[in-house]
Amino acid sequence: MAGFDKVVTSYSEAMAGLEDGMTVIAGGFGLCGIPEGLIAQIKRQGTRGLTVVSNNCGVDGFGLGVLLEDKQISKMVASYVGENALFEQQLLNGELEVELTPQGTLAEKMRAGGAGIPAFYTATGVGTPVADGKETRNINGRDYLLEPSITGDFAIVKAWKADRYGNCIYRHTAMNFNPMAATAGKITVLEVEEIVEPGELEPSQIHTPGIYIDRVIKGEFEKRIEKVTTKQENQ
Amino acid sequence: MALSREQIAKRVAMELQDGYYVNLGIGIPTLVANYVPDGIEVMLQSENGLLGMGPYPSADQVDADMINAGKETVTAATGAAIFSSAESFAMIRGGHVDLTVLGAFEVDQNGNIASWMIPKKLVKGMGGAMDLVAGAKNIICTMTHANKHGESKLLTECSLPLTGVGCINKVITDLALLEIKDGAFHLLERAPGVSVDEIIAKTQGKLIVSGDVPEMTFS
Repeated sequence: MAGFDKVVTSYSEAMAGLEDGMTVIAGGFGLCGIPEGLIAQIKRQGTRGLTVVSNNCGVDGFGLGVLLEDKQISKMVASYVGENALFEQQLLNGELEVELTPQGTLAEKMRAGGAGIPAFYTATGVGTPVADGKETRNINGRDYLLEPSITGDFAIVKAWKADRYGNCIYRHTAMNFNPMAATAGKITVLEVEEIVEPGELEPSQIHTPGIYIDRVIKGEFEKRIEKVTTKQENQ
Repeated sequence: MALSREQIAKRVAMELQDGYYVNLGIGIPTLVANYVPDGIEVMLQSENGLLGMGPYPSADQVDADMINAGKETVTAATGAAIFSSAESFAMIRGGHVDLTVLGAFEVDQNGNIASWMIPKKLVKGMGGAMDLVAGAKNIICTMTHANKHGESKLLTECSLPLTGVGCINKVITDLALLEIKDGAFHLLERAPGVSVDEIIAKTQGKLIVSGDVPEMTFS
């Protein structure tokens, strides 16, 4: 690596420094826009006791779900986790702790974490179990919860194209949580479909500037779809 | 006759106005998109980051990078915008979405809603529901009036853990259209052939019935 060139060529290099007990923030919504190769590398490395922050936890056998197979995750922070049997089993066995967080609050926790804001007030969750143990404050006649932001030891992010400096763009709804996750890692690793030379991406069209990115790797993606719905079947 | 799911969706669709940005939840709310009245335009918001959700794709248009909040493959409508989850919930939390339609297990006379958690059953998570009910200016809740044992789901006080407090204005059930205000359900319309007595019998919360209650129409 030289200067701003952040490209690495092996997955072991991409995830070097990840240790047991660390917190990993992962982009993606369901199986859409997930860093498939980086997740596979965490499985290969066998890192354990991880706290994983992500909207969902994949499905059985794919996405973050593969990290459940060897019980590598000890705590999951997510908004919706209904899609895998292994998750349910480990939760009921007490092998896995879950902190359910409203989806918008989760996105904002990552955004605020990356932006240097330690906590924020939101009306989301007032009067619900999410409010338990949290400071509530009345501002202009409405109650709000104080929600702490989130940062991670690592963030793992998937984009469509990046240049060697880590400037990147996402494709369609595969953007989702990725831009916020990218800002919230002490070390942010970006897995992309295509790496281009600096200058090839239009500067004003960059979604995530390279300053947030520490390592870039080109991946191969299966892009599994959870629910294929088409006109013929449904309309 | 109690309304079918499609009829509930049809009645909800009559609440749409030209130029509305609308978030539709999973289940009956999703069906509302099929009944947008002629001559008006609405833009559907999907909270994973899509404003302007189009129909399902044809088989050769299916794209893994193009899904809705229900994780189904979709298309983008003409004039759509795509953005991050933080941006998506900024527009929701910030009150920019004109109408949210969602389902519920229970609602009560103070506009509280319970829709995400049944204690001692597996809890899958609230997804975006808490943000939606906290942020929307205008929320319609679609549900069956009573559960399969005939017990009311329109209550004095929700018994299940809440999704949001004091946020539901309007409920459209298989039996009736009701407005929630001043600590009571107000019966505005009844399903064709359903008697006011039946609605009274199946509403546990405080119910105000004033004058003749008209039957619903669907156009």
